[in-house]
Amino acid sequence: MVFEIPKEKWSGSIREITLGATKEEGGTRTSKVIIGGSSALPYLNFEGSAGRKAALFMDVLDTLPVDFPSVVKEEFGDAINDPVSWAKKCVEFGAEGICLKLVSTNPEGEGVGNEDAVNTLKGVLGAVGVPLIVYGSGHFDNDTKLMEMVSEAGKGERLLLGSAEEDWYKSIAVASMANGHRVIGFSNIDINLAKQIVILLKDFGIDLNNIVMDPLQAALGVGLEYSYSIIERIRLAALMGDNLLQAPIICDLSLAWGAPDVNEGDRLGDPVKRGIEWEADTGMSALVAGAELLVVRSPSVLRKMKQAVDELYPGGDE
Amino acid sequence: MMALNAMQIFMQLPKTNCGKCGFPTCLAFAMQLANQKTSLDSCPDISDAGRGALEGAAAPPIKKVKFGPAGAEVEIGDETEMFRHDKKFFHPTLLCQVISDDDGDLEGKASKAKDYEFDRIGQVMNLDTVAVRASGDVGKFKESAEKVNSLAGKPMILMADDAGTIEGAARSLASARPLLYRATQDNWEAMAGLAAELKLPLVVYCEDLNGLAELSDKVKGKGVGDIVLDFGPTKLGDALRNLTILRRSAIKKKFRPFGFPVLLETSATDPGLMGALGVAKYASIVLFESVPVSTIYPIMTLRQNIYTDPQKPLQMEAKVYDISGPTNENSPLMLTTNFSLTYFIVRGDIEKSKIPSKLLVVDTEGLSVMTAFAAEKLTAEGVAAFIKKLGLEESVAQKSIIIPGQIARMSGSLEEESGWKVIVGPRDSSGLPKFLKTQTS
Repeated sequence: MVFEIPKEKWSGSIREITLGATKEEGGTRTSKVIIGGSSALPYLNFEGSAGRKAALFMDVLDTLPVDFPSVVKEEFGDAINDPVSWAKKCVEFGAEGICLKLVSTNPEGEGVGNEDAVNTLKGVLGAVGVPLIVYGSGHFDNDTKLMEMVSEAGKGERLLLGSAEEDWYKSIAVASMANGHRVIGFSNIDINLAKQIVILLKDFGIDLNNIVMDPLQAALGVGLEYSYSIIERIRLAALMGDNLLQAPIICDLSLAWGAPDVNEGDRLGDPVKRGIEWEADTGMSALVAGAELLVVRSPSVLRKMKQAVDELYPGGDE
Repeated sequence: MMALNAMQIFMQLPKTNCGKCGFPTCLAFAMQLANQKTSLDSCPDISDAGRGALEGAAAPPIKKVKFGPAGAEVEIGDETEMFRHDKKFFHPTLLCQVISDDDGDLEGKASKAKDYEFDRIGQVMNLDTVAVRASGDVGKFKESAEKVNSLAGKPMILMADDAGTIEGAARSLASARPLLYRATQDNWEAMAGLAAELKLPLVVYCEDLNGLAELSDKVKGKGVGDIVLDFGPTKLGDALRNLTILRRSAIKKKFRPFGFPVLLETSATDPGLMGALGVAKYASIVLFESVPVSTIYPIMTLRQNIYTDPQKPLQMEAKVYDISGPTNENSPLMLTTNFSLTYFIVRGDIEKSKIPSKLLVVDTEGLSVMTAFAAEKLTAEGVAAFIKKLGLEESVAQKSIIIPGQIARMSGSLEEESGWKVIVGPRDSSGLPKFLKTQTS
């Protein structure tokens, strides 16, 4: 029987981006992470390179919101009340990087000063050797000031700063360029807007090699299909040669815990396991659609995603 | 074989324009055939030579396979897309619980299969099928299969690796039209013979895709028309690659031996992850050795998401929803559209306020607020009529409604039409917690 593997020919590939800088490179990281590099649909190495393994980062918040999932709190125990211990615990669990969200700085919320937040950043940088993603609180006015300080405090560390949006990108672009950091371009589940934010950053002077795309990972059951298809379409456009869409994609799985089904009590099976599966299935769909970096909340999900990436990666099934 | 165009098809038709196929001319019929919108069977007068020439091109790239008792059967296959955004995926992945015939809790598991029924956004999500696996004893297998069939009341898969074991159960349950599992390189002649005789669909198994293609052809040659492909338990990466190769070969190359739905096994890895992968990437049946609700319900939800028609977004039922606990006649009333994503976002933001609230969801045919407003699917007249229809003046004391800030322009006309007080809320629902606190304080 003559059977030939049907291969697609692609002209484009995903850019490789390095996060974190070691001592020799001017930073203090003991490990770094390279994402991207693929020239095929996710993990289809029979028609191109599967690129780098998707990187698994973990979420750390400098203050816990009231609705933070209790399942994850219990998995971390006391460590979760202090961002530095929390970050250390993440690395112990196997996180390849930390996604530090300085949510406490929102003047409309806790309103903890930017200096305290930057001290938290310094504490985390000192306590763990992995690369960092750093977000502000989403309050644009305050983030403008905060990101300048973050950029300075993380000088040389090749941080990934989050995130530039159509209405707010210049100050984060400046913060990123000033000290050799990378930047996330965020868009709200729309392929044209995903491209638009890359264009804005590029026109402002950011090297395309420093941009990671966040097309917004919606939760399972709450619009996941939109994110899924946008990520697939971005990957297809990138492989067909659209230079602007060839940035690696970051998917933050934390929204999964906000799905109403997760907070349904016992009616839908064991609530702890259900929450974990909810985040894991959200992550699994992101991986097969084309995510290059996942931000994970639960340590159990980190284990599952580690297994998923190891098994998906060609020749990595051992 | 490559797909034929309408003219190539037309050349093989009788060209009588008799209209018996339901289309006015042979050319019109040919165009429908070229788009796979109709079947060659609709033409009663085609010559055998013409049929032979066209069958390959006219048949759908992936055959539709049905099993289960008449009236309660399930359908798989008949897919035409690699990506859901290009059109849609048609026949949702079936989730199947495998029960071994020597399982001490066989009856309990079989009876419980019925309980996996969840209503989510107006759709019922099920555990679709149950499989019984032979452990060796022929009599026991038949007895167990019969028991599971009557207790579970679901379309079944009969699992045994030799025809001698499966035959008794297959004959006994033939009228319930089970799917037979499975023809292998060793047993295929006997299995295919049995399936052909009983006119039952058959799973064809080979780990290696070349072997699978060969076996699929051989089994078809034995007279089995309805085939399901199986490459056995693998890790996630091989499953993704195999599923993609099978789907692509069928759809893009019209490679006939792979023009059938695929069954996916989960036993070689994390079943939850494999189930999610199978739902997203082309599996038509996923077998689970155990089915905790905490694993299956998220996979059912993923299936609902992935198989949603991208042209027809999931829609909420248009009515008043209580958010953040039970409401009373003094609770605030807000307005949004029935696009499920909009509803969930607004609901989440109201929940953050912790203020029990009523959310009026109006039918905008699944459009979001701004799109619906622009397309005149969200109008003052429509909202006023709906408020009246629901009799909200009885249950809302203050007779006021909060509308999204994006449609502030509607406030005047809505006040006029309804006689209610209209309060313009924040432009983005993320501002609702703060807004509601100021409103109620």
